[in-house]
Amino acid sequence: MNRQELIEQVNTVLAETFEVAISKITPDAEIKETLDLDSLSLVDMVALIETTFGVAIKGQHISSIKTFDNLYDFISDRIKN
Amino acid sequence: MKRVVITGLGIYSCLGKNLEEVKTSLYNGTSGIIFDPVRKEMGFRSGLTAKLDIPDLKNVLSRNQRVYIPEQGLYAYVATAEALANARLTQNDLDTREIGLLYGNDSTADAVMNSIDTMREKKNTTLIGSGAIFKSMNSTVSMNLACIFKLKGINLTISGACASGSHAIGLGSLLIRWGLQDCIVCGGAQEVNPYSVGSFDGISAFSVRESDPAKASRPFDRDRDGLVPGGGAATVIIENYDSAVKRGAPILAEVLGYGFSSNGDHISVPNVDGPGRSLQMAIREAGIDIRKIGYINAHATSTPVGDRNEAKAIANVFGDYRPEVTSTKSMTGHEMWMAGASEVVYSMLMMKNDFIAPNINFENPDEDSARLNIPASRVNKRFNMFLSNSFGFGGTNSTLIIKNL
Repeated sequence: MNRQELIEQVNTVLAETFEVAISKITPDAEIKETLDLDSLSLVDMVALIETTFGVAIKGQHISSIKTFDNLYDFISDRIKN
Repeated sequence: MKRVVITGLGIYSCLGKNLEEVKTSLYNGTSGIIFDPVRKEMGFRSGLTAKLDIPDLKNVLSRNQRVYIPEQGLYAYVATAEALANARLTQNDLDTREIGLLYGNDSTADAVMNSIDTMREKKNTTLIGSGAIFKSMNSTVSMNLACIFKLKGINLTISGACASGSHAIGLGSLLIRWGLQDCIVCGGAQEVNPYSVGSFDGISAFSVRESDPAKASRPFDRDRDGLVPGGGAATVIIENYDSAVKRGAPILAEVLGYGFSSNGDHISVPNVDGPGRSLQMAIREAGIDIRKIGYINAHATSTPVGDRNEAKAIANVFGDYRPEVTSTKSMTGHEMWMAGASEVVYSMLMMKNDFIAPNINFENPDEDSARLNIPASRVNKRFNMFLSNSFGFGGTNSTLIIKNL
């Protein structure tokens, strides 16, 4: 999967699960604000990424992933490794 | 002591998705029971169940609200929204007054099962998701409704087995009578998925008259062979009479009496004494002559022993006065945690529309039901007071007496 395919897949599952227009998901947008995540629904995003991509986002990493670009980078790095 | 009145009703059941549809089904004696082949594939002894659709609330509740709410909570939301609208309670009323919530619920099997399945399979609790904890607690219905409607008074689930919904109304009426609350959203909810009743099927409590589903639930009939599981939700809004008058609310009826008792006996086999004491307490609390009661909505679930003992209890208390007695479970099946509330709604619909719905499938009485006046066809009759019985496992009993206003 190249980066563009990864981005499209991430955006699709997030837009569908959190019921936001996919056009609102842009690389520099804040994840929590765009997806309207609180501390509970953030757990659902973590579970969704792990279920879809097999990538676990552990506690210490969650706070460093602020934008969608951060998320693409995180998933991409873990998949490569 | 304050007077307690009913100002709003809402219902979502196998007889219809709102009061109007349910009224029509009751009037026509329509059964909501079907045969579900999926249950047989799952190893059920009986494939009989009530049929109702899960409401699609995607455009009504937010994604987060829907993540936290289980199947029976969706039914409860629809019933409560209808009841609040009928009671003419606006969101501003809910925001500015301390309106309470007492809702009957005694299981949330599907949600519990799904989260445990995930835990066993994945060995990773994060993957259970954020909604599971809120769906999996027994208080799931009251916690969800309280947050969605922003209720600010008492906030409790009543778990009293198949009398839960009735106890919710009864206990709520006491809180209002004592002046502790002005208005309470009461009700009962029951999930309908197979997992919620598999263990009940396992003790051979269900009818196996699968060849004719509409005839399977036959309370008081000589040839009854067990209950049929049902479900949905019903909401009854009760209010202090004076505050209801002050805000110009529709005043439908008055909760006159609440009786309760425990059998102190077997966990599943009901007796005669316990229900009899519940009936007598409700009559005593209401302070009425029993001849004012024009209709009795029986608990009768279509089990051999339960119906027999309830018939004895009613006959013992009412003697030679024989008002019509029917069990709406002949049409709905046993709505369990919801039943005490839904049967108040059904009885209210009958009282407000001058008819008594038939006890369908009552073809031949047994020795005990022969002592009662059980119509198998609709009776067109005006009545102004009814009594509703609800009994449950563990020997919990609840009786309500409600007067037309």
